[in-house]
Amino acid sequence: MPLPTPASNVRVVTLRIDGQDLSAREDETIIEVCRENQIPIPSLCYLDGLSILGGCRLCLVELEGQNRLFAACSTRVAEGMHVITNTERLQRYRRTIVELLFAERNHVCSVCVSNGHCELQNLAQGCGVNHVHMPYRYHQYQVDSSHEMFRVDHNRCVLCTRCVRVCDEIEGAHTWDIMGRGSDCQVITDMARPWGDSTTCTSCGKCVQVCPTGALVKQGTSAGEMVKDQSFLPILARRRHQR
Amino acid sequence: MSASATKITVATTWLDGCSGCHMSFLDMDERLVALAGQIDMVYSPLVDAKELPEQVDLGIIEGSVSNDDDFEKAKAFRKHCKFLISLGDCAVNGNVPAMRNAFKLDAVIERAYRENVDINPQIPTEGVPRLRQTVLPLHAVVPVDLYVPGCPPPADAIHFVLSELIAGRTPDSNELTRFGA
Repeated sequence: MPLPTPASNVRVVTLRIDGQDLSAREDETIIEVCRENQIPIPSLCYLDGLSILGGCRLCLVELEGQNRLFAACSTRVAEGMHVITNTERLQRYRRTIVELLFAERNHVCSVCVSNGHCELQNLAQGCGVNHVHMPYRYHQYQVDSSHEMFRVDHNRCVLCTRCVRVCDEIEGAHTWDIMGRGSDCQVITDMARPWGDSTTCTSCGKCVQVCPTGALVKQGTSAGEMVKDQSFLPILARRRHQR
Repeated sequence: MSASATKITVATTWLDGCSGCHMSFLDMDERLVALAGQIDMVYSPLVDAKELPEQVDLGIIEGSVSNDDDFEKAKAFRKHCKFLISLGDCAVNGNVPAMRNAFKLDAVIERAYRENVDINPQIPTEGVPRLRQTVLPLHAVVPVDLYVPGCPPPADAIHFVLSELIAGRTPDSNELTRFGA
């Protein structure tokens, strides 16, 4: 389950994030402590209520005394830890990751129904990405509109697997999965059948709500309308676990 | 020194785009009057000049590089402009024109000029520039000094950028615009 019930004897540790002295439960991750204390850390694959993937690497942070970088979503806090979240090096890496995501698939914001409500688009603005240095791939991906309520546009997918995890861990249907390798990875429904032919999909729409971009949208929504609501997720995740 | 000598010279052009960025430029409304006292528009679709002057302070390009004419214009602007702005999503990232890159050029031309035409379908060859195989953002063709994304960039962003440049500062329009804004 994504959120293990905290044991009653969990200890509290003290750590420093960006020069700020903080205390946290020892079973928390760096990103959780940062979010609790309004310290901004960008992320795409991390979502409160889902299991941890550590795939997008946008939440990389520096730990004092360590040379390598650590993903804040998959690193637990420890006593005396010194975390630095916003150095010039981290900003450069984040900008590069966002640029690579734009270069890899066809994210034309101006003709996307999620324009104005897209986490990738907001990340680009937040990270100061105003153009992409590397050449675009211009690979052609398909759009699957076979589902009566929803649509998947693989051009806009960032492979965060939020849809895969929410369907498996919260809805319990496991309709979504991943096919292929590297940049050719693709989210699929059932055994790569059209979404509309899926026998496992319950049409609950949780995958659509957690998708950070315009890859999963409701049919019939126009540009700017596709506002996503993810507030249900941590509540449902905790209730599921308490059973 | 005369008043016009203190003005900066500005040239703008419109490659493969919808002209929305130039419309957004005009959306500055009454602020254009104040701006007119500080800039001298020497070449643009908005004025009647036919030749790009030899030396221009500020060049502004809207639209992506899609055909041979776009390519030549981009090269000419880079050669004659001291400072070059890539204005709008088409110039900055290719935007809608670049969506044809996922298809072969011959298939695109066939679709546009034959398959969808009922009367006298033919592919134009005279008086039109040759389409290039791949639509490119401006900075893939010539070096760019400043990027102002947006589809189109809001008039406020364009006004901010011009005001800052006139004041001798390098603007960061990131707060006012983004991809698809």
